Amino acid sequence: MTGASITLKVNGADRPVAAVAPWTTLLTVLRDELGLTGAKRGCNQGVCGACTVTIDGEPVRSCLSLALNCTDCEIATVEGLAPAGSLAPVQQALAEGNALQCGFCTPGILIAAHALLRRNEPLSVDEVRAGLSGNLCRCSGYKKIVEAVVRASEARP
Amino acid sequence: MSPPDTAASGVGASLPRLDAREKVTGRAQYIADMVRPNMLHAAIHASPAAHALITGYDTAEASAVPGVACVLTGDDFPDGRMGAFIKDEPAIAKGKVRYPGEPVAVVAAEDEETARRAAALIRVDYEDLPVAATPDDAMAPDAPVIHEDLPDYFKVFPAICGGNVASETELSEGDVDAAWAECDVIVEGEFETPAQAHLSIEPVGALAEVDADGRVTLWSANQSVFRVQANVCEALQLPMSKLRCLTPKVGAGFGNKMEPHVQPLVVQLALKTGRPVRLILNRTEDFETVRARHPFKIRCKTGAKRDGTLVARELSAILDCGAYGDDSPGVLGYSLLMSRGPYRIPHCRTSGKLVYTNRMRFGAFRGFGNPQVTFATESQIDEIAGRLGMDPLDLRVKNMMRPGDRWFGGGEVASNGLAECIEKASAASGWRQGRARAAPSGKRRALGVAACAHISGLLATGAIVRLLEDGSVVLNTGAVDIGQGSDTVLTQMCASALRVPADRVAIASPDTDGSPYNWGTTASRVTYTTGRSVVAAAGHVAEEIKRHAAEIFECAVGDLELRDGGRVGIKGVPDKELSYFEVSARAHWAAGGPIVGADTWVYNQPSVDPKRAIARGLPFPQIGVYSFGCMIAAVEIDETTGKADAVEVWSAMDVGRAINPGSVEGQIEGGFVQGMGFALTEEMVFDGPRLVNPSMMDYKAPTSLDAPFDIHSIIVEAAEPDGPFGAKGIGEIGLVPAPAAIGNAVAAATGARLRRLPLTPERVLNGLLESDSED
Repeated sequence: MTGASITLKVNGADRPVAAVAPWTTLLTVLRDELGLTGAKRGCNQGVCGACTVTIDGEPVRSCLSLALNCTDCEIATVEGLAPAGSLAPVQQALAEGNALQCGFCTPGILIAAHALLRRNEPLSVDEVRAGLSGNLCRCSGYKKIVEAVVRASEARP
Repeated sequence: MSPPDTAASGVGASLPRLDAREKVTGRAQYIADMVRPNMLHAAIHASPAAHALITGYDTAEASAVPGVACVLTGDDFPDGRMGAFIKDEPAIAKGKVRYPGEPVAVVAAEDEETARRAAALIRVDYEDLPVAATPDDAMAPDAPVIHEDLPDYFKVFPAICGGNVASETELSEGDVDAAWAECDVIVEGEFETPAQAHLSIEPVGALAEVDADGRVTLWSANQSVFRVQANVCEALQLPMSKLRCLTPKVGAGFGNKMEPHVQPLVVQLALKTGRPVRLILNRTEDFETVRARHPFKIRCKTGAKRDGTLVARELSAILDCGAYGDDSPGVLGYSLLMSRGPYRIPHCRTSGKLVYTNRMRFGAFRGFGNPQVTFATESQIDEIAGRLGMDPLDLRVKNMMRPGDRWFGGGEVASNGLAECIEKASAASGWRQGRARAAPSGKRRALGVAACAHISGLLATGAIVRLLEDGSVVLNTGAVDIGQGSDTVLTQMCASALRVPADRVAIASPDTDGSPYNWGTTASRVTYTTGRSVVAAAGHVAEEIKRHAAEIFECAVGDLELRDGGRVGIKGVPDKELSYFEVSARAHWAAGGPIVGADTWVYNQPSVDPKRAIARGLPFPQIGVYSFGCMIAAVEIDETTGKADAVEVWSAMDVGRAINPGSVEGQIEGGFVQGMGFALTEEMVFDGPRLVNPSMMDYKAPTSLDAPFDIHSIIVEAAEPDGPFGAKGIGEIGLVPAPAAIGNAVAAATGARLRRLPLTPERVLNGLLESDSED
């Protein structure tokens, strides 16, 4: 079976990918071809949010996004949130706030939260609850995640 | 340089997870992130039939697909059987299938897509058998027999079984029949709880690799590398020395990953192909073929005197076992042990039946049968309060177990923080002042309360603490951190015991070759049981450190003390001290040998005192130490739609000692929300034997908008005398009272007592309309 050779722009770098079939999802390419396993496959049907990445700054389900549609976009994954060896404020806030347990939903939560924080203003508890409502977490009960994201929003200049 | 601050990272500190950085950067590796050179990908072919004889296979078409390396059916597997209590389960269906979704064949191919395509091309011939979809079906006189060989299966306890009844258990104290005459009020009812999906966001998976000598290394999503090893070796009839089990990060378990899933399949594929093989279930398969919380039908009757004194209880439970035994006998026995609740009820008779059906197997799930019985029993406490015109909280306080009281069955209870839990939840929630707090227009609002208890304990565990040459430490326990944070908590205990900062302690990843035995991350047991071993093993290391120091200083061991920062010195003489580096270097290079401390133990305190209670068919005779809790939930109900929302909750839990308070809060908060889902929205819906909502789309777990933000965790610390630093477990208890507390709030708000979970808008609205029409 053959497919197209494409180049994706992921976390600021051009990443060539060979033989991409029309039905291949962005999640599959990220995980299996590019070794970016931060985005997780929880349900593969766009419900759990563990595969969330941003395309041109907007959070999307990479399990529902066809890779061939993403060639002229800026894709960002959890691996690109901060330069190696450092943490973005939202990563720091979750880590310090005991806001992760098993960690499987964490990359998707971080991407969704990061998109919320682009508004650059303090967020209310209810704004964060609404903004993260597309990301299931089965461990935390959400409270510490919401607290951490609110805190990260308040710490921004 | 001043010594690092031990206290900042030791016992009592809300230290962030040791693996937090790995997890927030996306670098943490779970099973689906693991790749080995030349690895094959596997897929299962699942049974469409619920109960059928397998009369033939045709794998030719599947085998011919380019890229397929191997197709295996039941004929290619040994005859071994696995099972935690009853050895009734083959690695893959052999001869017959017992539930829809049971793996019947398995394919390994160069990529997952090819494996899945080929698996769909396998043809299996079935001869349908009559189906028993429910316990009622399975107990009917003409029911089909699901396990013909049940009498001959090996069982690890004296199981009372026969027909489709896998296990029967009874536990009683006092004289229940005579006691009803003493009661002024008796409430009686039938309660029903549905199957709940664990729904770890990570689906299960496994990866096996075989070496040139045929020895297999197996990584998998699991809650115990040792249970994985035992199950695979039983099913495949392998010597345990031929299988090494390891663990990647685990994307949560809640009981789902405690017993086997696809591990035996990948091991057999690896043995047959000689290549590494990985199999990750998709979400539908994970729903249909792993395991879920047991559906319960409970008949419960409770009686009290006019002054509120509880006198008698009778409870009988029917559990849907599903197709295989798994952890089910333990769930039945434990649910009965918990069915008196944390109260003085002198006369109590309980019994239960675990019934095989042609549904997916049911197994361990956070709470282990306790949430189901607690929903029934705590509902009845409120019903009695209503009948007597008493405050539900006062009735609980009047009857609660006091320090020194024994548990149902006669087991001793060494620590009991129940009174404090009730008091603190009551005070924080404003129970006595604020019950009438106004609801928004169109809604009704009420508080509901439930008290509960749970255990931490069970079976064997160990720890090895090793001092490295430079005086830093490696801790090795074999306990799998499934995300709840045990690696961090055990490290904090080790650090405090040796008075070093936590970052001087590395924790080894569980490995059946190198770790001491650990039964598993289950039964709220790791903090308590493994923690005890950590403290004991660290104690041996401390003794060795002092022995070396005594030789160097030419003093008595008793004159020495450990000091913060990893130093040993003479008591009262501040400048007479050595670093662990100096001690360990001497041990490694000059005298005595490297310092290693080890401890193992098995929980062996009897749960039942035969002088006080009668027990039959009890699978766990030695359970564990008791924790207590009290939860108050505020619920608002939409009068138009019947939708109930838990809007605020106060959860006071007795943890003995909070080793990591932030982590304890995480367990309380997460436990509540999972219990709230069980109470309000979550239900695995079956059409006969078949699960009809095996997707996250159709199975409604709480989102961040469903969960209340105002979850108040109240930590109560009634120290367990033999617990590590006084600690008991907290993994499960926070879920246990949630359905009852929410159900009691719904009843208080609507006047309707709903005895069937989940409390859907339809059921609540119907209850509301009926109770309004009665007024």
